[in-house]
Amino acid sequence: MVNKENAAPQDTPACVETKYFRLPDQVSFSLESGAKLKGLTIAYEAYGKLSPAKDNAVLICHALSGDAHVAGYHPGDKKPGWWDDMVGPGKAFDTDRYFVICSNVIGGCKGSSGPNSVNPGTGKPYALSFPIVSIHDMASAQKVLVEHFGIKRLLAVCGGSMGGMQALEWAVSYPEMVASCVAIGTSYKHSAQQIAFDEVGRQAIMADPAWNGGDYYDKEHPSAGLAVARMIGHITYMSNESMEKKFGRALKKQELGYEFSTEFEVEGYLRYRGDNFVKRFDANSYLYITKAMDYFDLQKEGKLMSAFKGVSSRFLVIAFSSDWLYPPSQSKEIVKALKMNGIDVTYCEISSEYGHDAFLLEFREETKLIKHFLDNTFKRMVRK
Amino acid sequence: MTADVKKEDLRPDHKAIGEMVEEGASVLDLGCGSGELLYYLSGYKGVRASGIEISEEAIYKCVEKGLSVSHGDIDTGLTEYPDGMFDYVIFNQTMQQVHRPKEAILEALRIGRKVIIGFPNFCHINSRLQLFFGGHVPITHSLPYTWYATPNLHFLSVRDFIKFCQETGITIEKKKFLNDSGEVKFWPNLLALNAIFQISKI
Repeated sequence: MVNKENAAPQDTPACVETKYFRLPDQVSFSLESGAKLKGLTIAYEAYGKLSPAKDNAVLICHALSGDAHVAGYHPGDKKPGWWDDMVGPGKAFDTDRYFVICSNVIGGCKGSSGPNSVNPGTGKPYALSFPIVSIHDMASAQKVLVEHFGIKRLLAVCGGSMGGMQALEWAVSYPEMVASCVAIGTSYKHSAQQIAFDEVGRQAIMADPAWNGGDYYDKEHPSAGLAVARMIGHITYMSNESMEKKFGRALKKQELGYEFSTEFEVEGYLRYRGDNFVKRFDANSYLYITKAMDYFDLQKEGKLMSAFKGVSSRFLVIAFSSDWLYPPSQSKEIVKALKMNGIDVTYCEISSEYGHDAFLLEFREETKLIKHFLDNTFKRMVRK
Repeated sequence: MTADVKKEDLRPDHKAIGEMVEEGASVLDLGCGSGELLYYLSGYKGVRASGIEISEEAIYKCVEKGLSVSHGDIDTGLTEYPDGMFDYVIFNQTMQQVHRPKEAILEALRIGRKVIIGFPNFCHINSRLQLFFGGHVPITHSLPYTWYATPNLHFLSVRDFIKFCQETGITIEKKKFLNDSGEVKFWPNLLALNAIFQISKI
C-alpha cells in the first residue's frame, strides 16, 4: 500500500486543483422538480489528457459525502483524493490513457451550487430556499460540464453508492452519450430501509436547535445533529463482521466506569467520525443529498425492465457480499433487467467483509474488473 | 479481439464445439470458468460471447480476456434471459453439475435456439470394467474425481442422453464423441469418454 503520510508518490496525479465552471447568471438551469437555478456552478477536477477525438473521457461520480477531489494531492495536503487507489497513471482509471473528470454534485457543499452557495438574488446563502435536487439533476448538471469540454460520448460513467445511481441515471437519461456504465455497490431505487436510515439522519439534524430551519450560516452550525447523522451512516457502511473485528467489545479504559461516557472503542470511533465530518460537511447539503437519493427510482410504471429500453451502453455491475445497505440482491435486479433488454452486462459479487465501505477499500479486486472493462470498451469504441 | 490460442493447443472438446458453432453467432456459455472456450470462439468464430460463472476468481480472468460474464449460478441464473436471446447456449462439462439438469436444459432451450451439451460418458468401457472387476466407483480421464470430492451430481451415458432427448421431444442435430486418441466413430456408448450433442426444440 502507498504510504499516504508522505508527499505525493510517483503513481498519483501529483498536484491537482479543483476548478469551477459557471453558467452565465442569465442562463437558468432546469431541475426535475420544475424549479430553475441561476448561475449554476460546478466544481470539478480533471486528470489526464482529452484525446483529439475526445473519445477517452471517463466521468466518475461521487457518493453522499464525496467531492470532486477524487485523486492526487492538493497543495499541502497529507491525504490524497477519496479514490486515489483507483485513479492515476497505470491504475484502474489510468490517467495516462483516459481523461478522468469528477465533479461535485449539485446540492453539495464542496464548490458546486448547493444550499450553502450564495443566492445571486439576495447576496445571502440559499439555505432551504435552494431548490430540491434529484439524482437526475446531478447527472444533468454533470452533462453541462461534459458538454463544456466538447465531449459527445463518454467512454464510461462510473460510481459507487450514490455515484452508482448517477452512473445508472446517465445511461438511462443520455444513452447516446454513454459508451459504458460502471455501477458499484448501488441500487436502482431507494428501498424503504434505505429511506428510513436517511430519515433518521435528517431528523437528527433538524432536531438540533442550531439548525434553525436551515438558517445558520452566520451562526453556530448544527454540528451535534450532523455528527449523529454521520454516526448512523457509518453503522450502515460497515458490516457486523467488520465492526466485530475492528472493535469487538474493546474498552477505551481498563474497566467499566459505570457512567455514560464514551466507554467502548466503537463509541469512540463513531464520535470521532461524526466530529470529523462536521468540519468538512454542510448539514443542509446532507438533507438535500439524502433526499435526492430517497427520490431515486429508475423504474417506469413500477418496472425496472422498461427503464433500460433503448439503453445502448455496456455495463459493469459490482456488488459486495457483506454490503447490507446496498445488498447484492439489488445489483442482481439491475443485471436481470439489463439482460432482459439484451444489454451487454458483466456482473461480479466481490467477496468482502467490509460492508458498504468495500467500494472504497476493495480497490485491488475492483481494479481487476474496471481496468480491463475500460480497456475493452475503449478498443470497441475506437474500432467503431 | 485477437485470439492468441493456437488451434493445435486447443482442447479437443473446445475444438469440437467450435466446429458446431456458426460464425458470428451469439453464445452463452454456462459455467464458462476462466473463459477459454468463449475466448477461442470470439477469436476464431467472431461470436458475441457471454458467460455465467460461479467462481469470483474465474470472473476476473474472463474480464481480463474482454469477455462479458455474470457471476451466478446456472440453476437460478437462466431465468434472467428472454426467450430466444442466443443462437447457442453451451453446457460444456457443467450440465452434470447442476441440481436440476432437466429444468436447466429446458431453460437453455428457451433462451437459446440451439443448445450444445458436452458431458463425460459414465458407461465408457473403462468405467464398466472398474465397476465390474474393481468393484469401485470408476475414475477415468473424463471422470477423474474420487466419490468424496467430485463436482458431478449426475452420472449419465450416451444412451441415457439420447433416451432423455427422445422422451422430452428434443431434436438431436449434431453429435460428436471423443476419447483420448480423438474422435470415436463406433460404439460411442462403450468407447467415448466425452460426448457432445447439439440439440434444439424443433
